[in-house]
Amino acid sequence: VFTEEDKYGLYSNLLFKYFLAEGVVCGHDLFVASAKEHPDNILKELPAPLLDDAHRSELGEEATAAKSEDFQDAMKIAWRYQNLPKMGANPPTSTKFGHYYDVSKTMSPDLFKSIKWHGFYLPEELPLQPKKKVCNMNNAYARLLQSIQRIIYQEGFDGCDPQKKQKNILRIGLQSLGSMLWGDDICSSETPEDSHSFTKFLYVLRGLLRKSLSACIITVPAHLIQNKAIMERVTNLSDVVVGLESFIGSEKETNPLYKDYHGLVHVHQIPRLNSLICDVSDTKDLAFRLKRKLFTIERLHLPPDLSDTVSRTSKQDLADSAKLLSSGCGAMAMGKNHLDF
Amino acid sequence: QGKFTLLADSRTDGSFLVHHFLSFYLRAGCKVCFVALLQSFSHYNSVAQKLGVSLTAAKERGQLVFLEGLKSCLDLWFGEEEEEQSGQPSPLQFLRESASSLKALFDFVQTSLTAPGSGSWKGSVLLVDDLSVLLSLGATPVAVLDFIHYCRVLVCSQLKGNIVVLVHSHEDSEDEENELLVNSLCHHSDLILWVEGLATGFCKDVHGQIKIIRRVSLELTGKQDELQIYQYKIQDKNVTFFARGLSAAVL
Repeated sequence: VFTEEDKYGLYSNLLFKYFLAEGVVCGHDLFVASAKEHPDNILKELPAPLLDDAHRSELGEEATAAKSEDFQDAMKIAWRYQNLPKMGANPPTSTKFGHYYDVSKTMSPDLFKSIKWHGFYLPEELPLQPKKKVCNMNNAYARLLQSIQRIIYQEGFDGCDPQKKQKNILRIGLQSLGSMLWGDDICSSETPEDSHSFTKFLYVLRGLLRKSLSACIITVPAHLIQNKAIMERVTNLSDVVVGLESFIGSEKETNPLYKDYHGLVHVHQIPRLNSLICDVSDTKDLAFRLKRKLFTIERLHLPPDLSDTVSRTSKQDLADSAKLLSSGCGAMAMGKNHLDF
Repeated sequence: QGKFTLLADSRTDGSFLVHHFLSFYLRAGCKVCFVALLQSFSHYNSVAQKLGVSLTAAKERGQLVFLEGLKSCLDLWFGEEEEEQSGQPSPLQFLRESASSLKALFDFVQTSLTAPGSGSWKGSVLLVDDLSVLLSLGATPVAVLDFIHYCRVLVCSQLKGNIVVLVHSHEDSEDEENELLVNSLCHHSDLILWVEGLATGFCKDVHGQIKIIRRVSLELTGKQDELQIYQYKIQDKNVTFFARGLSAAVL
């Protein structure tokens, strides 16, 4: 899984934490790597899960007709989960994966006791010995790969130890890869010194994930990467690519069409594993918003076009930005069709 | 025989064509060397089973030689001690050396297709999924083109077999190396299958459109290239093709 960070990193951090929190609640093992925040701190800030039914029905009532489950996570084991509240007209009794989380509270430490987690904090890691420096890769990435491989091997996620009775899944979270903090200069110059480090790292990581029972989320500050070619290659190497575009500080913040939302979700790629097709959802316009307690992703709704003064230009902008979505999508949720045949 | 087919996809996933060609050639009784760089063996196996071909059986009887790029890369990366002992260089050797030459990969292709007993199959086929990944791993476009050239000489001319290669490309691509690679390959291909999304946007019933370009002009008979455009919809076990605008949803 691959998330392009939004400009200020607020929301992608949230998704990152959701992924990890889901791992804790499901009893999976965690591996957290970051160069800027110590993994202990990251784990302390995971949102608390909502485990009572009363709250869930409350969510059901607030529903507007929106669709969720746009998060697909499929590596070696192809399973889908939704870790975001399902806002449907009917109560969530049908196939429900995942849990809801309350963003305003943090997870209590007792939940951590049952799982094993491993942290990788770059400033505290020792640099790699020279003999291990293979394949012209950035030292930090090489170190990270070694660490991940070691955990996978030791904890038996790659199935090489048949004695192990219970199979578990390792959730790997890698924060802000590609940024300067990892020693990579793809964010600062257009012709980086070692343009292949990041892509090579991703390829080897992909191999590791395919070989073991693990899933991984990576957040990347895509807006900082100067060389667009690298982003294209990275997209090709990932199974799922989701971009988060927040409205903070951009002109879209004041656009009346977007007033209910905090940002857009661009699903650039969905996995096609073990079958010819993937699940193609009905619509590709998704927006997210952060309420006091919940982070929701829903279909983009245009507010009712009540006034005559809603200008043509703003609608045009919307259509233009919609064209940027994967393979273009011109139809808005409420049937406003800007396609000219 | 002796044809080079290029599969290109633009902002969409053209791998269904790879699965098709794989099962097609296996069913036709050809010896296939499959260089799978992007996905694991089990992925291809699952899809092939839906299409009616068993990859494990094909591997066992020697009809299919499968290079699983991801696995080789891991062995190369993490298993250094064993490397020196076995004496046989990994096909992905170029990852290690700074001199990016894909000779080891070509040697692998050569040994697999000219192995004793290969004559008993009806033909030889080299299938690559996908070439753009080699660029991500540090090979230069020239090295990749050289590799393809060597393969063509081996497979198309000497063994009278076919080559099918998948690449990614799109118009606004900023990846110049990739575009260079794709353009060059386009000029040398006998058949180009170009898969892209619909220009009008996302549609549930029509997943995309495919352009089939038969490079008749290469035969120097004065004819132009033939271009055909179809649209397609991918289903679980099948892909249906139809003329533009005539999808089942419309009729």
